[in-house]
Amino acid sequence: MYSFDYKSPSSLSEAVAMLQSSDDGLLLAGGHTLLPTMKQRLASASDLIDLGGVSELRGISVSGDAVTVGAMTTHAEVAASSDVRGAISALADLAGGIGDPQVRNAGTIGGSIANSDPSADYPAALVGLCATVNTNSRSIAAEDFFTGMFETALAENEIITSVSFHIPKCAAYCKFPNPASRYAIVGVMFADCSHGMRVAVTGAGPSVFRVSEMESALAQSCAASSIADISISADGLNSDIHASAEYRAHLVTVMAKRAVEKACASC
Amino acid sequence: MSGTGIGASVRRKEDLRFVRGAGKYTDDMNLQGQAYAYILRSPHAHAAIKSIDASSAASSDGVVAVYTSEDMAAVGGIPCGWQVHGKDGSPMHEPKHPALAEGKVRHVGDPVAVVIAESREQARDAAEMIDVDYDVLEAVLDMNQAITDDSPNVHDDVGTNVCYDWALGDPDVVNEAFSNAAHVAKLDLINNRLIPNAIEPRCAIGDFDQASGQYTLHTTSQNPHVIRLLMGAFVLGIPEHKLRVNAPDVGGGFGSKIYHYAEEAIVTWSAAQLNRPVKWTADRSESFISDAHGRDHVTSVELALDENGKFLALRESTLANMGAYLSTFAPCIPTYLHATLLAGQYSTPLVYCEIKAVFTNTVPVDAYRGAGRPEATYLLERIVQVAADQMGLDPTEIRRRNFIQPDQFPYQTPVALVYDTGDYESSLNKALESSDYAGFAARKEASKAAGKLRGIGVSSYIEACGIAPSNVVGSLGARAGLYEAATIRVNPTGSISVLTGSHSHGQGHETTFAQVVSEKLGVDIDSVEIVHGDTDKIPFGMGTYGSRSIAVGGTAIVNALDKIIAKGKKIAAHLLEASESDIEFENGSFVVPGTDKAKAFGEIALTAYVPHQYPLEELEPGLEETAFYDPKNFTFPAGTYICEVEVDPETGVVDIASFHATDDFGTVINPMIVEGQVHGGLVQGIGQALLESAAYDENGQLLSGSYMDYTMPRASDVPSFSVDTTVTVCGHNPLGVKGCGEAGAIGSPPAVINAILNALAEVGVTNIDMPATPHRVWQAIRNAQAS
Ligand SMILES: Cc1cc2nc3c(=O)[nH]c(=O)nc-3n(C[C@H](O)[C@H](O)[C@H](O)COP(=O)(O)OP(=O)(O)OC[C@H]3O[C@@H](n4cnc5c(N)ncnc54)[C@H](O)[C@@H]3O)c2cc1C
Repeated sequence: MYSFDYKSPSSLSEAVAMLQSSDDGLLLAGGHTLLPTMKQRLASASDLIDLGGVSELRGISVSGDAVTVGAMTTHAEVAASSDVRGAISALADLAGGIGDPQVRNAGTIGGSIANSDPSADYPAALVGLCATVNTNSRSIAAEDFFTGMFETALAENEIITSVSFHIPKCAAYCKFPNPASRYAIVGVMFADCSHGMRVAVTGAGPSVFRVSEMESALAQSCAASSIADISISADGLNSDIHASAEYRAHLVTVMAKRAVEKACASC
Repeated sequence: MSGTGIGASVRRKEDLRFVRGAGKYTDDMNLQGQAYAYILRSPHAHAAIKSIDASSAASSDGVVAVYTSEDMAAVGGIPCGWQVHGKDGSPMHEPKHPALAEGKVRHVGDPVAVVIAESREQARDAAEMIDVDYDVLEAVLDMNQAITDDSPNVHDDVGTNVCYDWALGDPDVVNEAFSNAAHVAKLDLINNRLIPNAIEPRCAIGDFDQASGQYTLHTTSQNPHVIRLLMGAFVLGIPEHKLRVNAPDVGGGFGSKIYHYAEEAIVTWSAAQLNRPVKWTADRSESFISDAHGRDHVTSVELALDENGKFLALRESTLANMGAYLSTFAPCIPTYLHATLLAGQYSTPLVYCEIKAVFTNTVPVDAYRGAGRPEATYLLERIVQVAADQMGLDPTEIRRRNFIQPDQFPYQTPVALVYDTGDYESSLNKALESSDYAGFAARKEASKAAGKLRGIGVSSYIEACGIAPSNVVGSLGARAGLYEAATIRVNPTGSISVLTGSHSHGQGHETTFAQVVSEKLGVDIDSVEIVHGDTDKIPFGMGTYGSRSIAVGGTAIVNALDKIIAKGKKIAAHLLEASESDIEFENGSFVVPGTDKAKAFGEIALTAYVPHQYPLEELEPGLEETAFYDPKNFTFPAGTYICEVEVDPETGVVDIASFHATDDFGTVINPMIVEGQVHGGLVQGIGQALLESAAYDENGQLLSGSYMDYTMPRASDVPSFSVDTTVTVCGHNPLGVKGCGEAGAIGSPPAVINAILNALAEVGVTNIDMPATPHRVWQAIRNAQAS
């Protein structure tokens, strides 16, 4: 690890000011992506601004048709929240299936989506559940937020404050985990909500995407059988030692079917 | 059986300190004035080093020294401990293995330079400033290509990538048997390369005392005396009396900590140059590219059978990956620890095996839990299954028809070994019973109704533990003896220190060995201390690997205990005014049977050290005895494993529904520890079969170089095991023990793969390689459906 100055703001405005005044500052959330990268000397910062003490970034609230999760809320907190489970059980399931207990107790939703890892789980939840990302300066629709592999619409010095999820009629998330890391090789969030049917896929491509053909078929008839024969093209999908693009394409259909089945069972 | 004697599941004495975090590992040690070494490693698989400019690193903050191979020119290469001769009688190629790369790097991770600084981070900062000018060369990776004439060579001075071309058996006789056989089964397979992943990364601290000229190396080793011998005599030229090697608590080895590694020599040598201690600790990423890997065979195997399914002959041809350099015991793994096991549990009369060992631009490969024997068991139990399928025989029936029968022991195999005892059918029967083999068809139906494919797989393995005797292994190329030593030091008040050459790095010796002492001397287990790991304390012993500790190290302890009892009898005879031949040692007392004359063990101990009433003219005072034990033969644990899997044909996911192990380990000292050893071995074997694989890309970069991509088995990947034993005692050691450390890893991979192929038979899949990942299983199903 290269050396850096450690900063510990206690409010959002202080954090923003610290970020703006640093040469090359980085925000620290759960540290589960950032710290290993720094230890391997693949990332460095002049200042590390720890959001751990910013209480306004933590917590979960339900109001009207939305569940809002503070950026510094850990995966374990989302998984264990009865509010989340009551409103969107698929979201609690998704958070509870991230990594392992250590990862869930440290990793945060803000850190996860800011990182925009192609195989992270949350992107499927954000796009599938028509979420809005709130920052210190604006609100961004989930589909505009994830712009590519490890890329987001965040501007320099912009801090994610929370994510608001739209409460669907029913939803389910099915994930095929990477056997080693437990990240998603393919994860599919299916939701039936006022915006219509959503099938959002993470892990398979460079960034989260929707499968419109499946969404229209499900709009016709909301059953796993409606999408069983819909296969997506392997072109442009990720390929690595764990799964070829063809296998990922195949798994998208399988996971989507299973998500629809699971959602229908709970609807 | 006493409460803490042989056969009791005594709780592990050492766990009290381990579960409290109070173990003392090498990295827990920090010596006064210690500096830190960082090793700059090659980022390339194969490259010429045109120049190294370390000038700015040398003047970087906190840097004490920067060394390259030029500085270490007077230091010898890392030696290899076994010389194999090829089938034409020529010795293997043994290229120099410099501690720091000389002129060329040969694998990603090859050490290039060492920076020593006041802190680890300063050393690492400086290492980034070293400018190495590489001329990147084509990497030698694929073994089939490596042995062709147009392949570049890993070692230019060797001129070929074939380290040796070795064979066992008579090819003409075997070929003849094949041409006359009613059936021939054939199989091409790969035994996947594994990365050991001991929980404690390697660590080494070199220390030098200028006043006395005394060197000390604290290191994560399975065999400190072997390291002292290799490093002292061959690398640094330090005589034994000036070199202490200390391996304190060690967090797992699985073979990877047997070998003498360059880092040990680097820190010891540097400590003397700088006259201060130098410490190096691997981080996990470094372990992936610097600990010796395991397995990595590409094999063709054929089995010839008569019309009744009796095995007539076996023929194997294998390319065995050595990696870039010969690690300490690498040459003997695919030869003497592999080909000699090819009879398995069967009376196959003829075997021919040829092995080409191949240099590649990869991390060196050496023994890993099982070492050669898992590779033998895998190919044998797979080809037996293929033959059974082809002939329409039940997998248990074909095995029964070929088992060596109990009345055939001692049994001379066609591959040099003589099995002493065994009863293979008993283990098979017990495993069939506990796995409810007969009920499989019903379970398969139930799985089918749920859309799953169910399969059952059998593996009847044999292994050879406690490699021996020394004169035989010497004639086969070993450059060391393979005995073990123990000293029993009875202290004046009757407590006992056992100084053993065996080394515990997870095996539980502090408990098992203490149980043996407790049983033999009738003393409380808490009055027994097992001392291991420090060459200044323990007698010259060969350490722990190859499941040798109880069979060889345990026997040395028993032999030393016998000497203690014999001397105790002399002392007791004097005290009891009886003839020595009338004294018996029973339940911790020396007695004259039929009388009330008795002396407790503690009284004898005290008398030995306070010899007021003592036959000083005839007998030395003190009660301390040493035994060196060189076994007459290997021991031969064997058993049958039955695995049941359920495959999801839609995703290719394999779920292990159940796993039953029946092992014959001879006498079992501590059933709980033995069960734990079996569990650990099974998990590693299942890891190999389903999850683990060292994957290199076409440039020789390790793709599975971290836990993000190297799949270590987790608890949720394995079922709750059903583990059981049958017993035939080993005939040539006093405890009747055979060893249990590796069996699980040896026997389980073929059981898993046979089960998967049994499940996939109905969808037309006939072969699959390890690890049978979901992707691979899905692909195999898809390919079978397409054809
Ligand atoms: C072994 C392991 C397994 C994992 N498995 C999974 C898995 O199965 N599924 C999955 O989805 N994830 C997985 N993860 C990732 C993990 O869950 C975290 O989501 C991820 O590490 C990032 O969250 P963090 O809170 O740790 O962020 P950090 O590592 O602290 O930060 C990540 C990045 O986000 C930036 N950042 C943090 N907070 C904010 C903010 N509020 N506003 C703007 N930028 C911000 C940081 O500056 C940094 O660049 C795994 C991680 C590990 C180590």
